[in-house]
Amino acid sequence: MANHDTGAHKSHGGSFKSYLIGFLLSIVLTIIPLVVVLNDMMSRNATLIVILAMAVLQFLVQLFFFMHIRDEEKPRYNLMTLILAVVILLTIVAGSIWIMTYNMTAG
Amino acid sequence: MLDNLKEFASEFFVTGDPLILGAQVSIALTMIAIVIVLTYFKKWRWLWTEWLTTVDHKKIGIMYIIASLLMLFRGGVDALLMRTQLAMPELNFLEAEHYNQIFTTHGVIMILFMAMPLMFGLFNIIVPLQIGARDVAYPFLNSMSFWLFFWGAMLFNMSFVIGGSPDAGWLAYPPLSELSHSPGVGQNFYIWGIQISGIGSLATGINFIVTILKMRAPGMRLMKMPMFSWSVLSSCISIIFAFPILTVTLFLLFLDRFLGAHFFTLDGGGNPMMYINLIWMWGHPEVYIVVLPAFGIFSEVVAAFSRKKLFGYASMVFAMIAISVAAFFTWAHHFFTMGSGANVNAFFAVTTMIIAIPTGVKVFNWLFTMFRGKIQFTTPMMWAIAFIPCFVVGGMTGVLLSVAPADFQFHNSYFLIAHFHQVLIGGVVFGYFAGLYYWWPKMFGFKLNEHLGKWAFWFWNIGFYVCFMPQYLLGLMGMTRRINVYDFDMGWQPLNVVSTIGAFLMGIAFLFQVWQIAHSIKFHKKDTTGDSWGVGRTLEWSIPSPAPVYNFATIPVADERDWWWEEKERREQGIQPKAIPLEPIHMPKNSAIPFIKSLCWFTAGFGFVFNWLWIAIPGLIGVAICMLVRSFQYDTDYYIQVDEIKRTEAALRGAN
Amino acid sequence: MAHAASHHDHDHGHHDQEELKTFGFWIFLMTDCILFATLFATFVVLRLNTSGGPTAEELFSMPGIIAETFILLTSSFTSGLAVLSMQKGDKKGLIGWLIVTLALGIAFVTMEITEFVHMVHEGATISTSGFLSSFFTLVGAHGLHVSIGIVWMIALVLQLARRGITSVTKRKVTIISLYWHFLDVVWIFVFTVVYLMGVM
Repeated sequence: MANHDTGAHKSHGGSFKSYLIGFLLSIVLTIIPLVVVLNDMMSRNATLIVILAMAVLQFLVQLFFFMHIRDEEKPRYNLMTLILAVVILLTIVAGSIWIMTYNMTAG
Repeated sequence: MLDNLKEFASEFFVTGDPLILGAQVSIALTMIAIVIVLTYFKKWRWLWTEWLTTVDHKKIGIMYIIASLLMLFRGGVDALLMRTQLAMPELNFLEAEHYNQIFTTHGVIMILFMAMPLMFGLFNIIVPLQIGARDVAYPFLNSMSFWLFFWGAMLFNMSFVIGGSPDAGWLAYPPLSELSHSPGVGQNFYIWGIQISGIGSLATGINFIVTILKMRAPGMRLMKMPMFSWSVLSSCISIIFAFPILTVTLFLLFLDRFLGAHFFTLDGGGNPMMYINLIWMWGHPEVYIVVLPAFGIFSEVVAAFSRKKLFGYASMVFAMIAISVAAFFTWAHHFFTMGSGANVNAFFAVTTMIIAIPTGVKVFNWLFTMFRGKIQFTTPMMWAIAFIPCFVVGGMTGVLLSVAPADFQFHNSYFLIAHFHQVLIGGVVFGYFAGLYYWWPKMFGFKLNEHLGKWAFWFWNIGFYVCFMPQYLLGLMGMTRRINVYDFDMGWQPLNVVSTIGAFLMGIAFLFQVWQIAHSIKFHKKDTTGDSWGVGRTLEWSIPSPAPVYNFATIPVADERDWWWEEKERREQGIQPKAIPLEPIHMPKNSAIPFIKSLCWFTAGFGFVFNWLWIAIPGLIGVAICMLVRSFQYDTDYYIQVDEIKRTEAALRGAN
Repeated sequence: MAHAASHHDHDHGHHDQEELKTFGFWIFLMTDCILFATLFATFVVLRLNTSGGPTAEELFSMPGIIAETFILLTSSFTSGLAVLSMQKGDKKGLIGWLIVTLALGIAFVTMEITEFVHMVHEGATISTSGFLSSFFTLVGAHGLHVSIGIVWMIALVLQLARRGITSVTKRKVTIISLYWHFLDVVWIFVFTVVYLMGVM
C-alpha cells in the first residue's frame, strides 16, 4: 500500500553502553546546575547561562543517546521536522518575551 | 415542577427574537424531515456503513465539502443580516447584542467551519489520487479528524438556538471574552467548538504530511510532484506548528473562565495582551494555511487550461515552502497599536513586507504559464483568472497595512475589513471554487453545468467588487469595524448602500450555485473517460471517475512532472504502457470508533459549556474508553482480491 | 506464484505501515513540543505577576523536586533498556523494564500530586495569581502527559503479555519510549525554567 523513499532502519536502538553513557551524562548535567544554583556560585546572568546551557546539553544527550536521531536514514525527515520545530519553538518563546517586554502588567 | 421546567427552558433555549424563533422552527422541521426520509427509504444502515463509519478518503472528502457548503450558507446569511443592518443609518433591524453575535459567528464559521473543511475536503479527495496512493497514511485518524470537525462545528452552531451565541469577536479578545465581561455560555461554546474541531485539524496536518512524504507513487520524487500536493504539504507544515498554539491559548482562556485562573484577566496578575500575542501566533499562519492550497489549485488549473506546463515549477515550490515558514514571523502586525515598542513594530513590519515577495513570484509564474497558452475559458479557469487581479489588489492593500505608522490610521477600520475579505474571498474562496469545479467530475463522475456556473461566476465577481471597494473608502472616512449603527451626518450612507447591494449580489450568486448543483445532478452527462476536461496533466485523471475504492488497480511509475499528459502523448504515438500484474490490495476496515469518540468529545464539550460535570466527565471517560478499545484492536485491515479488482475495473471501464 | 507474491506484499505492507506510524508519531511529538513552548512562553511572561500571593522562592521546596527529577531521568533510562530487550527478542526483559518504568512514572506523578496538594493547602491555588495559574498549567500539563503515558504503558504491557513481540507491538513500544524520552526532555526544561530559575 505504501511506497517508500526510505527502507527499514535496522540499526535503530543503540547498545547498552550508549544508554548507560547517556544516563550518566544526564545525571551529571542535572547535578551541575543544581550545585550552581543552590550554592549561589555565580552572578545572576552567569547562572542563567549555565543552567540553560546544561538543559540544552541534556536535551542533546537524550536526543543522541536515547532517541537515536543519528540512526535515521536519508532523507532525514525526522531531523528536519525537529529543526523546524525548534526554530518555531524559539520564536514563540523569544518572540513573546520581546513583544511583551513593554506590556508587562506588574503586580 | 412544571414551572421549574419552563424557567429552565426559557434560559436554556434562546428566546425572544423572531429571526431565531424562525430558525429554531426550521431546524426542528429539517431534522424531522431527515429522520422521516431516512426511515421511509430504509437508509439508516446505508448511512451508517457507507458514510458514518467510512475510512475512505474520498467519502470523507465529500462529507467535508457538504458540511462546508452548509456552513457557507450560514456564514453567508450572517453576512447579509449585517449588511442589511448597515445599509441605512440608525437602522434597528438587529439589536447591538444580536449584531455582536452575528459578526462573531460569521468570522468563526467562515474561517474555521467553512474554509478549513472545504480545504480538507479537497485535500482528502485529491492528494492521494494525485500522488498515486490508495488512501492517506492513517485512514482511521482521517475519519477521526472529520468527525471531530463535524461535532465541533455542531457544538459551535448549537449556540445559536441553545444558551446564546458568543459575541466577543471571532478571536474572542479578553477581557471581553472573560467571565467578568461575558458571563453567558456563548463564549464556552466558542472555546469548545473550536477546540474540538482544532484537534481534528492538527491530526489532518500530520496525516497529510506523512501521506505526501512517504506514500508517493514509485518514481515520483518530491520535485516531480504535482503543485497542488506541494501546496498541501506547505499548508500542513504550518498546521502542525500553528494549531498547538491555538489549542493552548483556548485552553488557558477556558481555565480562566472555568477555574478562575488569571492568565488574561484584568486582575490577579493576568495579562490580556498575552492572549492577543498568542492567538495571532496561530491566527497569522492560519490565513496562510487556508490560502496556500488555493495557490496550489490555481497552479493546476492554470496549467491545465492553458495546455502548458507550469512556468517556474522550482520557484513555485520554493515560494510555497518559504511562505509556510515565514508565516510564523509576522504575527505582531495584527497589533501594531498594542504598544510593544518601535523595535518590535519595525521588525514585524519588515517581515510582513518580505512575505509579499514569494507571493509576487507566484503571480508572475501564473501569468507566464498563461502567456501564449491555448486558454480555454471554462469555469475553473475563469475563477483562476478572476483571482489574480483581486488577490493582487488585496495583497497590495495588505502591504499598505503593514506600514506600522500608517496602520495606526487603518487599524480596525473598514479598510482592514475590505483588505482581508479581498484576500480571503479573492484568494481562498475563488481558489476553492476553482478547485471544486475542476475536480467535481473526479468526485462524482459528471461535470457541473457550465452555463449556470458562469452566471454564478459573474454575480460573485461583480458582487464582490460592489460590496468591498466602497468599504476601503468607508475605512478611510473613519468607519470602524463592529459598529452596528451610525449617524446620518457621518456621510457613510451612500457607500454603505452600495456595499449592501454587492453583498446581496453574492447571495444571488450562491443561489445560482445551488441551482447549478441541483440541475447538474438531474441532467448531467456521465463522464466515461476519467479525464473529464480532456486537459488533465496529473495522476488523478488517469483513473476512472469517480475513483474505485482502492483508487489505483495498479500504481503507475510516475517519474515525470506532468505524468498523465506525457502518458497521453505516448499513447497517441502508439506506445502502450507496460501492463503491471494485479495483486491483492491491502485496505483499512471501516470503524465506528471515530464517530463515537467524537460524539463523546461533543458530549464532554457540551457539559463543560454549561458547567455540568455530570455530563462532561462521562464524555471524557467515553473518549478514554474509545482510545483503549482502539489500542487493543489488531484486526483493522483486509485485502481486496484480484478477481474483485478485475470485476470492478471491468464495470468502470466497460461503461465506455 | 501469485500467492507467493501476495504473501510478500502482505509482509511488506505491514512493515511499511508500522514505519509510517512511527514517523507520524514523531511529528505528533513535534506538535507537542510547540504546545509546551506556548505554555513556557506564557509562564515566562507571567512568572513575576504574583499579585500579592506567594512567590516562587517562598513556594518551591527543592528536595522533592530534585527527587522527582532523578526519578524521571532514571525512568527514561529504563524505558530505553526496555527497547534494548525488545531488540534482543527478550519478552520478559521488555515487560520487566516497562514495569520498572511504570513504577518510576507512578512515583513521579504521586510526588507531583503531593506537591500540588501541599501548595493548595498553603493557599497557593491556580486562581491565586497569574504566576500560579501558569505554574500549575505548565507543570500540570507535563504531569497529565506522564499520567496518560502510564495508562498507555499499562495497556501496552497487557498487549505484550498476550501477543508477544510482533511488528505491531514493536512499533508501539518504540513510540511509547520516544514519548517517554520526550517527556523527560520537557521535564528538564520545567526543572530549569520553573524551579531553578524560580529559586535562584
